[in-house]
Amino acid sequence: MAEEASAGCTRPGGGPVAEETAVEEAPTITRKEETAMIRVGQKAPDFTASGYQQGKFVNVRLYEYLGKWVLLCFYPGDFTFV
Amino acid sequence: MSVDSMFVHKMWDDDELSKMVKGGVPFAMLSDAGGKIGKLYGIFDEAAGIETRGRFIIDPDGVIQGFEVLSPPVGRNVNETIRQVQAFQLVRATGGAEATPSGWRPGKKTLKPGINLVGKVWQEWKTEEAFD
Repeated sequence: MAEEASAGCTRPGGGPVAEETAVEEAPTITRKEETAMIRVGQKAPDFTASGYQQGKFVNVRLYEYLGKWVLLCFYPGDFTFV
Repeated sequence: MSVDSMFVHKMWDDDELSKMVKGGVPFAMLSDAGGKIGKLYGIFDEAAGIETRGRFIIDPDGVIQGFEVLSPPVGRNVNETIRQVQAFQLVRATGGAEATPSGWRPGKKTLKPGINLVGKVWQEWKTEEAFD
């Protein structure tokens, strides 16, 4: 699942994994941020993210977990209280 | 997942969480710098620059079956999350032939939706069951 990542000095990236579409975009068009509300019954948007797990830095891609139940939990920040 | 880097996740796990959970947090603590993924899931608070407490149940097909979003000061109920996962797993295992009424937990009666149940839920399920 999650592959081990090396610890460098830069903060590794990650983010939405866009569906592969060969749409040509005119350079003048500014890209609108996707903020559409999630709905039940729709496919969870894929993403990659760096992280930490049990003594290792890892890279995770959501769709590598297809076939399993996934709980994706967001929280405000490390060292917050609840 | 939070906007913190994986380095901060490590320190939090090392310094605090491992004192609450033996061996530290077992699952991946993910980093969402800038909230790009949180925006995709509609739970990023732009003004504060943080993720709100969004929790998504994703089934083996990658389909979102449920979500809950709380503002930062109120924590979640893990038992309720587990109960919901167990309910979705039961529904999936029965191919949708069974459904879990309000208050269901493992061992309690399920309902079998169909024409014979129309107007008969009152016989199959009591209101008190929603509360225990």
